[in-house]
Parts: sequence; structure tokens; C-alpha cells
Amino acid sequence: MSEFTEDQLQRYSRHIILPEVGGKGQKKLLTAKVFIIGAGGLGCPVGYYLAAAGIGTIAIIDNDEVELSNLQRQIAHSVKTLGKPKVESAKNTFESLNPDVNVIALKQRISKDNIMGLIKDYDIVIDGSDNFPTRYLVNDACVMAGKPLVSGAILRFEGQVTTIIPGEGHCYRCLFEEMPPAGLVPSCQEAGVLGVLPGVIGSLQATEVLKLILGKGDVLKNELLIYNALKTTFRKVKVPKNPDCPVCGKNPTITELLDYDAEYCTMQ
Amino acid sequence: MEEEIKPDRKINIKGLVCPYTFVKAKLAVEDMEVGEVLEILLDYEEASRSIPKSMEDHGQKVLKVEKINDTDWILVIRKEKE
Repeated sequence: MSEFTEDQLQRYSRHIILPEVGGKGQKKLLTAKVFIIGAGGLGCPVGYYLAAAGIGTIAIIDNDEVELSNLQRQIAHSVKTLGKPKVESAKNTFESLNPDVNVIALKQRISKDNIMGLIKDYDIVIDGSDNFPTRYLVNDACVMAGKPLVSGAILRFEGQVTTIIPGEGHCYRCLFEEMPPAGLVPSCQEAGVLGVLPGVIGSLQATEVLKLILGKGDVLKNELLIYNALKTTFRKVKVPKNPDCPVCGKNPTITELLDYDAEYCTMQ
Repeated sequence: MEEEIKPDRKINIKGLVCPYTFVKAKLAVEDMEVGEVLEILLDYEEASRSIPKSMEDHGQKVLKVEKINDTDWILVIRKEKE
């Protein structure tokens, strides 16, 4: 593999001098390809830190435009990008931070019809979506495709992170088998969220991604990490793989992607 | 009894300061095989102390630290582990 440029030596020096990273680890980061779902509260810090870390290719998918109400927490966007597609705004921000990174901006909705083709060429999927249909779609698709998935969620003052390694550990349906009924669960728009919370959770997701690429440390496999910002507590909950899980169990009943939105029509 | 060690590789990092002194030294060691010896020529005094310490922290063996004139040091490191 080609050597580092002088700029890269300076840019990544604090990585290279870590025994767990080194030049070899940094080269792994520079050739890695990750797929981020959502350019919102979670997708912004995840993509921002992964870009800073020198992840070679970052795809990011989101169908929305930047609104003023996003700027309380979605730190890749700005008043200059109001009204523009979030993925374009994020791409500009990430590539300004680090021109080594190739950001692929996908302004579209992820669906059961496009997800398998979209994630196919990527090493790791990161879920930063804000709704249950997408969360379950992404989980099921990653299990079926055998793609590692780093999943994050936030609401009010509480956030969760878990890392799904298909074939090795639990999946999202081992944890919560079915989507909660529509109407029972408030969306971010309805419930509010402390602006800094996605920064914490997104940074934890980015850390999981880097460890997966480097092959160092432990990830949240078979575990769910819960952060409470009001109490300043971190809690780890064991999530054993469910042998009867409908998607990753021994005899799965979900063997193809479902029409997740139909069950959840009240949420857009 | 001092045995003369023949380095397998030499780098000159004069003019560099921390952390680039260690970055260059570490990348050189990464490219070598276990058992091979690296000779480093440098003129940044702090690195004459910090590189040997960091190399030992990373599990490598420091064979020599020598001030060779008013400005320069020679360090000799043997790679002990990947």
C-alpha cells in the first residue's frame, strides 16, 4: 500500500502513535467504507468524527432538507445550508474537515426495495434514523446481508447504543421483537431531545465503528448501553442472542424484508 | 562488553519535533520484521528521551541511546513484537 503523505502523517499523528492503531490501523481506516443512515442528530456527529478519523468512504442517506429547528443538535449543518438537502450539507462539512474522505451523498428514502443494493459494498452500517420502521428495516437487512450494524437511538435525555454482529451476537429483534404500536411512541419532533445528547450517542457509535475496523477492544455485542444525560449515568444491559428470534434465530420467520411503513403509517 | 550492532535500517529525523519524531520512528518499526534493528539519527533532545520510553512501552527493545555531538543523538531499537 502507498505510503502516507506528509499531510497525512501530521493529520493522523495522534492515531499513528497509539499502539492499537499505528500506521497499519490508520491504513485500515483509510480504506474502510461505511454507510450512515440519517444525516440528522446522530448522523452528523458520527459522520463528522469518522471523517476526522480518515474513513475512506462514507455514504450517507437522508431525504430531508435542513431546517432551522435542526441546528440545535445537527452540527454538520448551518444557517448557510438551510433549505438544502441534509446529505449535501453534511458532505460539504465532512469533506471540508478532511479531503481524504470520499462522501457519497444519497438524497433518497431508504426502503425495503433499495436497502440491500445500497449497503452491499460497505463494511459497516450505522443507524442514526429517528423512527421504528427504519430501525427494524435496517436491522433485518443487516442480519440478512451479514453486515455489522452500529445502532443508536435518542429521546429526551436518554440514548442507547448497541452493536449487532450478525451470526455472532444479538440483533435488534432479539432485544425488541416487534415494533411498538404506532401512536404509543413519541417521535423526536413530539418529545424533544437535549441537543447535546446525539453528540454523546453519535460519538459512541463512531467509537464502535473505529474499533470494528481496527479489530481492537470490545464492542457492544450482546449488550445495550444506555446513557441518561439528566442523571449522568451509563448502564450496560446484557442482551443475549434469542435462539427463537424471528430474523436471526435458528428458524427465522422473517426471511425477506417487510413493508415496515405500512404498519406504521402515522409516522412519516 | 559492548557488541557492535549492525542496523538493518537507518532513518534520519533531524529537524523533526514531537510527535512526528515518534511517528516516523514507529512507522519505520512497523515496516520491519521482528528481530531487525533500526538506527535513528535525531536532533530534538526531548525525543532522545521520549522515543526510547515510548518504544519500550510498545514492547520494543532499546539497545543504545548515544549523544554523538553537540546537537545529535543516535538511538538503536530492536523490534521485539508486531
